[in-house]
Order: sequence, then C-alpha cells, then structure tokens
Amino acid sequence: MTVSGDTAQRALATWPDRSGPGLAPGDAYTLEQTWSDPPGIIGWFAAINHKTIAKRFMVTTFIFFLLGGLLALAIRLQLALPNGKVLGPDKYSQVFTMHGSTMMFLFAVPVMQAVATYLVPLMIGARSVAFPRMNAFAYWIFTMGGIMLYVAFFLDIGPDAGWFAYVPLSGPQYSPGKRVDFWAQMITYTELSALMEAIVLITTILKMRAPGMTLNRMPLFVWTILVTNFMVLFAMPAVMLASTALITDRLVGTHFYNPAEGGDALLWQHLFWFFGHPEVYLIFIPPLGFMSSIIATFSRRPVVGYPAMVLSVIATAFLAFGLWVHHMFATNLPELGKTFFTAASLMIAIPTSVQIFCWIATLWTGRINFKTPLLFVLAFFVILLLGGLTGLMLASVSLDYQLHDSYFVVAHLHYVLLGGAVFPLFGAFYYWFPKFTGRMLSERLGRWNFWLFFIGFNVAFFPMHVLGLQGMPRRVYTYPSEMGWDKLNLVATIGALTIALSMLLFIVNVLHSRRRGEIASSDPWGAGTLEWGVSSPPPMANFHVVPVVHGRYPLWQEAGTPRYVTGLANEWREVLITSVADAKVDHRLWLPSSTIWAFLSAVATTILFVGSIFTPWAVVWGAVPVAIAATLWFWPKHDIIERRVESELRP
Amino acid sequence: MSARDEKRDGRLLDDGRVLDISTLPTFAFGNRSPMWWGTMGLMAIEGTVFALTIMAYFYLRSHATKWPMSQFPPELIWGNLNTAIMLGSMIPNHYAKQAAERLDLKKTQFWMVVCMLVSIAFLGVRVLEFGALNTRWDSNAYGSVVWMLMALHTTHLITDAFDSGVLTVMTFTGLMEGKRYVDVSENAAYWYFVVLSWLPIYAVVYWGARF
Amino acid sequence: MNIGMTSLARPLQDALRPAGIQAEHIGGLWNLTLGLCALVFLLIVAACVAALWIAPRADAGTAPNLDSLARPERRIWRVIGWSTGLATVGLLVLLAADVFTSRALARMPLQDAVNIELVGHMWWWEARYRDADPSREFTTANELHIPAGRPVVVTLRSNDVIHSLWIPNLHGKKDLIPGRTATLRLRADRPGTYRGQCAEFCGIEHAMMALLVEAEPAAAYEAWAARQRRPAAEPADALARRGREVFLSRSCVMCHTVSGTSANAKLGPDLTHLASRRTIASGMFPNNRGHLVGWIADPQSLKPGVNMPPNALPPDDLQALLAYLETLK
Repeated sequence: MTVSGDTAQRALATWPDRSGPGLAPGDAYTLEQTWSDPPGIIGWFAAINHKTIAKRFMVTTFIFFLLGGLLALAIRLQLALPNGKVLGPDKYSQVFTMHGSTMMFLFAVPVMQAVATYLVPLMIGARSVAFPRMNAFAYWIFTMGGIMLYVAFFLDIGPDAGWFAYVPLSGPQYSPGKRVDFWAQMITYTELSALMEAIVLITTILKMRAPGMTLNRMPLFVWTILVTNFMVLFAMPAVMLASTALITDRLVGTHFYNPAEGGDALLWQHLFWFFGHPEVYLIFIPPLGFMSSIIATFSRRPVVGYPAMVLSVIATAFLAFGLWVHHMFATNLPELGKTFFTAASLMIAIPTSVQIFCWIATLWTGRINFKTPLLFVLAFFVILLLGGLTGLMLASVSLDYQLHDSYFVVAHLHYVLLGGAVFPLFGAFYYWFPKFTGRMLSERLGRWNFWLFFIGFNVAFFPMHVLGLQGMPRRVYTYPSEMGWDKLNLVATIGALTIALSMLLFIVNVLHSRRRGEIASSDPWGAGTLEWGVSSPPPMANFHVVPVVHGRYPLWQEAGTPRYVTGLANEWREVLITSVADAKVDHRLWLPSSTIWAFLSAVATTILFVGSIFTPWAVVWGAVPVAIAATLWFWPKHDIIERRVESELRP
Repeated sequence: MSARDEKRDGRLLDDGRVLDISTLPTFAFGNRSPMWWGTMGLMAIEGTVFALTIMAYFYLRSHATKWPMSQFPPELIWGNLNTAIMLGSMIPNHYAKQAAERLDLKKTQFWMVVCMLVSIAFLGVRVLEFGALNTRWDSNAYGSVVWMLMALHTTHLITDAFDSGVLTVMTFTGLMEGKRYVDVSENAAYWYFVVLSWLPIYAVVYWGARF
Repeated sequence: MNIGMTSLARPLQDALRPAGIQAEHIGGLWNLTLGLCALVFLLIVAACVAALWIAPRADAGTAPNLDSLARPERRIWRVIGWSTGLATVGLLVLLAADVFTSRALARMPLQDAVNIELVGHMWWWEARYRDADPSREFTTANELHIPAGRPVVVTLRSNDVIHSLWIPNLHGKKDLIPGRTATLRLRADRPGTYRGQCAEFCGIEHAMMALLVEAEPAAAYEAWAARQRRPAAEPADALARRGREVFLSRSCVMCHTVSGTSANAKLGPDLTHLASRRTIASGMFPNNRGHLVGWIADPQSLKPGVNMPPNALPPDDLQALLAYLETLK
C-alpha cells in the first residue's frame, strides 16, 4: 500500500497545531500509508476508507439527482402546452415514476447518508466509521440497485405505477411484465443499503467519539444523523415488508393485496406510508443539521438553545411515525381516526417552529458573514416555511379532500423537499467542498447558481398551488386547452428550465474549482467544529493526533487538559472506542483492511436480487455465491491474526 | 495510577496534557463493543419486520369473515417440537457465550459444535413444519401471511446457523483472537434473538387461528 | 386529434368556485387557513429579514462570540417560548376549524336524496341510478345529471384498480377502492355543468377519465331521468335499422349494452342513451359524428391502452352504425 508522496507532504505541511505537536514525519508517513486505499484498478474496487466511499457515494447520488432532474424536464416539456405530444402516455407513466423513485430512493435519502459518512468521523474526532467494509458494501449495493433500475428504464421496461406504486394497479393483474418488479427490487437494494448505513452511523456516533465529547457536546449535525438513522431502523422494515409482499404477489401468487382472496388494497398503503412518512423526515432531518452548522459559522456564534434543538429533533423523529394516515385521507377509513392524524400532523410543526425560532435568534444576535452557504440556508426560511404551511393545509382532513392528489400536493412536496433538504444540501456542498477537495468553490458562480435556483424554483412550483386549486389532478400526461391551465403550466416549465440552468452553473463551478479554485486552508470559514481542525482535504487517517474535547465548539473554545491522545498504533488501522454517554476512553480496536470482498459480495447480491425478479429459485441458488463472498469477506489472514494476537491486551 | 485504572482510563502524561491510551485493552465484550451495537441495530430492524408482519396478520384477520379462510389451522406437533428444540438450543448457546467471554478455546469449540448439531435439528423440523401448515402461500391472504411469517423466521434460522457454522470452523483453524471471541459472544446474543422472536410468531401462526 | 370540448362552454372544474354546500364548507375553511398561514409566513419572513438587517457584518476572521456558552440567554429563550406558544395556539385554531368543517360536511341533510352507484373502470365511469322501485333504476356512463338543490348520495366501488372521484366545484374527492365501498354526499346548489376527473393514478389513461355532472332544475332532471329509463327507441328509418344490425352483428355486443336489444354485455359503457351525452371516451371528445367515426374505427390511436379494440368497418356499415347511434337519445 503506497500513498503518493504529494498527499503525504500536504498532510504534513498543512496540519495545524490545534491539539498538539503532531507526529514525527516518519510516523505520519506510516500512518498515512496504513489508512490509504490500495492502488490500481483492483485497489479502486477494494477501497474502504470512509472518505473515499463517501465521495463516490456523493457523486453517484448527484448523478441520480441530475438524471431525476432531466426526467423532470421531460415532464415539464410535455405539460408546457395542452395536448402535449412530447411524451406518449406509456412513456409519461414511466418518466414520472422514474422521476419520483430516483429523487426519493436514489437521491434524497442516500445523499444524506453519504455526506454523513464523510463528515461524522471528522466531526467526532474519529479515524474511521465503525464498520468500514459494511459501509463500502452499502455504497456498492445502492449503486447497483440504481443502475438496475435505469437499465430497465432504458430498455423501455421501466416501472410505470408511480413512485409509491399503489396496488392493485402495481399488482400482477394490472401491471403484467417485469416493470414493477424492477421497482420493487430497487426498493430492496436501497433499503438494504440504508439499513446498513444506519447501523454504521449509529455505532460510529455512539462508540467512536473523541474522549471528552459527551452527548451534550456533540455537534448538532451529528445529533441529526443519530436521530435520522434510528428512524431508518424502524421505518425501512415497513417498506421492505410491503415490497416483499408485492413481489411475492406478483411472482408466486400470494394474495396480500388481492381483495378477492382476503387481501386488502389498503394494507399496501398502510405499510408503505408507515415507512413513507418517516422517510420524508429522513430526508428533512439531516439538513436541519446542515442549517445549524452553517448558521453557527456564518453568524460567528453558537446556535441558540442547544438542548431545545436536540429535543426538537428527537420530538420530530418520534412524531413522524404517527402521521402516515394523512396520506390516506381520501380513502374510506373512519373519520374519527383521520382526525387523530390531523392533530398529529399539526403538532409536528411545533418542534420545527422551535428550531426556526432558534436559528433566527442566532442570526439576530450574531455577526453575519454573507457567503454562498448562508444564502442557500436562508432560502429554507422562505421555501420550507411555505411548504410547511401548505403542509398544515393538507393536514386538515376536509381541506385535504380538495387538495389531495392535485397539483397542490405536487407544489407542497417540492417546497418542503427542495426548501427543506435540497437548498440546505447545496449550502452544505458550498460549505464543505473546501474540506472535501482542498479548493474553494467560486463565490461569484455560487451566487448566480443560488439566485437562478431560487427564482427558478419559485417560478416553477408556486403556480402549481393555483393549478391544484383550479382542479388539475396529479400524474396527468396532458390536459385539454379549455381547462384554463395552460398559462400556469407554461410558466412552471420556464421555471424548470431556469433550475436546469442553475444546475449547469453548479456543475461548471465544481469542475472549474476542482482544478483552479482558490486553495483552501484547513479552516477557510473560521468554523468551530473538529472537521475544520485538520487539513483540507483531510489526511487519510483523519486525525494524526486525536484531540480530547472539552466543549461544543472545540476550535473556538479554549483547549482544556488533557489536550490530545497518544498511543494509537501507526502500523495498523487502530481506532479508539469510547463510552456511549460521556465518551470516556474504553478500549482500542484494530479495524479491517481494504478488501475486494465488499464489492464482490455486492455483485453476488445483485445476481440474487435481479435473478429473483425472473424466478423465485434465484433466491436459493443465488444465496450460495452471496454466502461464499460474505464468508471470504469475513475470513481473516493468518499473518494478520498472528500480529493481532501479539499486540493483544485483554480487558 | 494503579494498573487497574490504567487499563480503564489510560495514562496521563506530560503534566496531564497528554492522554496515553496504549494501556487500554484491544477488545471488549458486551455493550462496550461496537459489534454489540451493530447486533442490537440488527435486532431492532428484524424485530420491527416481525412486529409489522404480525400486525399485518391481525389486520387481514380483522377484515376477514372467516379465519383461517377455508382451512384448518396448522398442526401443532411439529411447531411445538421445534419450539422446544429452539428453547433448548439456548442452553448450549449460553455456555458458548460464557466460554467465549472467558476466552476459553476448548469450551467455546465444544459448545459451538453442540449448537451446530441442535441447529441441524431445528432446521430439519422446520421443513416438517412447513409441510404441516395446512395452507399454501397462494391459497388466500391467510395462507400468504402465515407463510410470510414462517419464511421470514426461517431465513433467520438459516443465516444464524450459517454464521455460527463459519465461526465454529474458525475456532478450529487457529484463527482465534480477542475480537473473534467478541464475535462469538455477539453471535450468541443474536441466536437468543432468533429464538425469542420465534415465540410471538409461534403464538400467532399456531394459535392465532385457534382463537 | 386534440382532447377537450372546445366547441362547448368552458366546463367548471375549480375548487375555488364552490357551487354546492360541501365545496362551500371546504372553501370557508380554505379561506381561514390561507389567511392564517399567510400571516404566519409574513411574520416569520419579516423576522428573518429583520435579523439579517440588524446583525452587523463579519467575515471568517471575526472572533466568534462565545458569551452564550458561559451565560444562559434567558431573554432569547423567553421570546422563543412565547413564539412557540403562539404557534401552538394557531395550530389549535386550525385543528378546531378542521373538526368543525368535518362535522358540517357530515351533517348535510339527506332527505329525498338521489342515490347513484358509481363504479370506476379503467378508464370510464359506470353509473347506476338506484331507486326504491327497481323498475325505475337505470344505468348510464360518464355523464351524471343531478337535480340542483337535492342531496345526492354517491356510492363508490371499483371494478379494477383504485380510482378517485373529484368534482371540485361540488365537493372534495373520495377514492374508489376495489373490495371496499365508500360514500360521497354532495349537493349542487346552482345549476350548471361541472367537470370531474379521476384523481388517483389508475394506469396509462388516467388523465383521460373525466366525467360531466349536469346540475339541472327539478323538472329538467325528471325529464332526463324519464328518458334514461326508457329502452332504446325503435329506429325510424332503414339506414338506422341497418345500423342496428351492424351493431348487433359485430364485436360491439361483446362489451356494450343497449337496453331493448339483445346487447347486454357489461364490459364497456352502457350505450342505450349515448346520443344524450355531450362527450365520448369519458370526457375526451365532443359527442359528434366526426369524433365518433375516429373513436369507433381506432380507439387505440386516440386513447392508447383502452380496452376497446379497433373496428375496421366498410364505409356503408359505418354510416349506418352512426345513424343508429344517433337515435340512441
């Protein structure tokens, strides 16, 4: 394993003395070699460094975001004029299904986990995530699932029953063929990936924080990731069960959703939305963490009300599980039950309000550094706010009777998803890009990017509120000219094109800045959390010297004693394990090395998943290579065991 | 600082400015270990799956006029036998866990082999259970949800047996180290979960159709 | 061919123009909610703008202010506390308003209601008008006539997948779910033509599943209902009679009913009074000869995926068939 001399030099040259004198050059070099990815093509597939995987993950989710965006453009071009002929009804059904599925399953949830797997270890003073090989596997399995879905779409057998695939439309009788099977199996892939990432992130956050980083001193972003991933554990199983039952209905004749044989069409809706509502909070809660990080840095002060912020996020997570029936108000469920869900859906606005008030207070009493990351974050206070308020409208059963399944909902969901997640995410990209790459993104292009996006977004989506009230239902491939919907649809399309232009600017900004952007110091924004205490980009080992933490904003506050940790080996990937609540040192752990088996296990799993779309026996035969690959992943080498036993210290 | 403290808290050097952790152990059992947390996470996930499937069972039942739908409930004999075998398997499992936590290779090997033999038994009886359910997965929604419950749990039995098998082989190949004993201990914890999660499923599958 | 009824007056399909009591109740709730939410929006955006205005500027090198880590910021917490309290009160107001509206919707008087059983199909609406006297029941499709001022109880079932009935001028929507029966109670208080559309994605031609609701004064409604009850009139001229022969001898009878003839299949819309309807293909096209010709000859080219096959008819047969269909008033 060699690391290029350039990287090692940079790691040594830019390491700031925040915690201590740093390592001697020879030790630093060894440490970097230890934590680096293997070279060559095989090495590329065998890499498991969490930053390497996270960067790939971010790039992959961003590619899906762009693909989803192109699909949206196709929709808007079709709907720009009445009697549109750009897409026929069959193609349109596939396009809007792919748009929703891509954005929800292949972009919005995974990108948050991707950013988290990069930043969390750096924010908590750890050298790695807890299960680096599983982290890599989660990335590969996600990517392969996404590729499978798009291969199906390009072969004109993409799913066409909507991103939430209601039965019986998505069942065997009304969606014959393989289209919906690809969708259901894509769910299996992405849900497996998300669940594994959840285990990785929860364990990392609870067990690998730097000494002294009590839960009370953890950055708010890390709290949001912890809470989000607990939600994943309890929400994802619902869609796993729902989609598995759909697959068996379609492939082997079960009757979960077949009313003629005792099944129920609403069983699907209950199971799906029990996952689906928490899912939008999986998408919404990590950006709340972005908001806190960015607002603190660009207001030059800690966020107001840390305990209230933490409790709000936890309350939001719990409440999120009690709202799902608000997606089903138009069904024949009992009215009294529906009103309970109205109350819950209104209540969840309270913790979000607390957070908004705390952020505004932080800005009010701070000193503002108006840079692009802050601009994107400020958009939240307009766009998410509006989306949240239309959410309150939809929460009311009576109002929902008119608004449900109309373009009003399309407007609402885009306001909350883009305002609440995508705008803060772009803020996060502009904020942490220097950390990821060592270069600053252009401020000037950033402002153009922002304003085109902000204006384009509102031009595209605000008219949809009106269209919905004027009677335009969702998921229509065209509409007659005398409905009076043409003008607003055309305006919306112009907005969509503006968004596309802004995205183009973003890509240009990224590509240009990678090579020619201003070189970034370790802390270009003057921020307070640990990730800014290492070079940009960070050394492969994250922290050559692991700090001891004494406050919530370690880089802003006075260093306490002890200042840093010694004793971790440089020759192998050793990490420090600490206790859950108070981050007291507990023991050391030797993490596994890079391996090709994470990738190969994902390939074997893909064969099993794709095969089982075509025959149930694939589950049996496909399990064999998966078992072999998983075993080889796990199987240690003799020489490594010898060294480990030699260096062992029993508890 | 006494040696015991150093093993727990590390050493303070350089006037208290440096925390030296080279005296800390290189592995630990129970909730000190990340593996425990990973295993707990898995239990949360799988437990939720089982809970939701059981809820689906009662949901479908609440919409049905007749339950089971045009069938007899499952035969009790194989289900009862397997429940007994699985409960029994907790004994060698307990001893395997204990032996691993004492880093006792011989005892770990012994009890893991016993666990494997028991797993052959419960896997075999599980096959017989499937034959005695008195319903097919494609008969109706009742059959579908019963088979789903059984299939989900069986998947756990199979993967748990496989994992345990791999670990058992490892104990014989001279590849044991501290961390592997932790894996054995956590595997045993997961085994408990697979057995204990069977109890509500057993109650629902075998008795849910009798009340 | 473009969809729509450009030759007719613009149909109403608009939740903001209530023409019936249920839509009015919801419209009132909408106004209240819109006002409250707009106020909250303006207040919070104003607070944000004020914060940005008031706070001095800084850059990355400005020393951070760590006072809050040493001293609790009680005044700020109080403001936040009160604001949250105010927000909670606003939410409770919304909850109460929703409960009151739900109650109002449930309390629509139902005396002397017209009972319609609507069955959703991919992609058309089957309507059966129920009556205490079974001989007065009749079936039609895609166009409902209702008496203005009288309650209408619509029972909703589905023949295949989930659909949703939405006539925004009259009421909110309700789903048609296979295996379940739902009910929608509405009343048109002003005569007029109201358009509804399926509002739950139901497959490839979901966008083309509209229905017209004609709210009429009582006398006009009774006259319409009386005509609908009668079986198809005996065709007056030879061409129309020949057209009937064509109808009964080709695949039409596999799917359609014309009461008074031997055609009584239920797979497609009931055509007994086809000529009384303003549109064909579930609201897609005006019901005139030109559009009918295209529809009968090749429905797949106009509504791909629909269950009706193409019918290549020799021109004479086609003319005769059209003449016959025009007698089905």
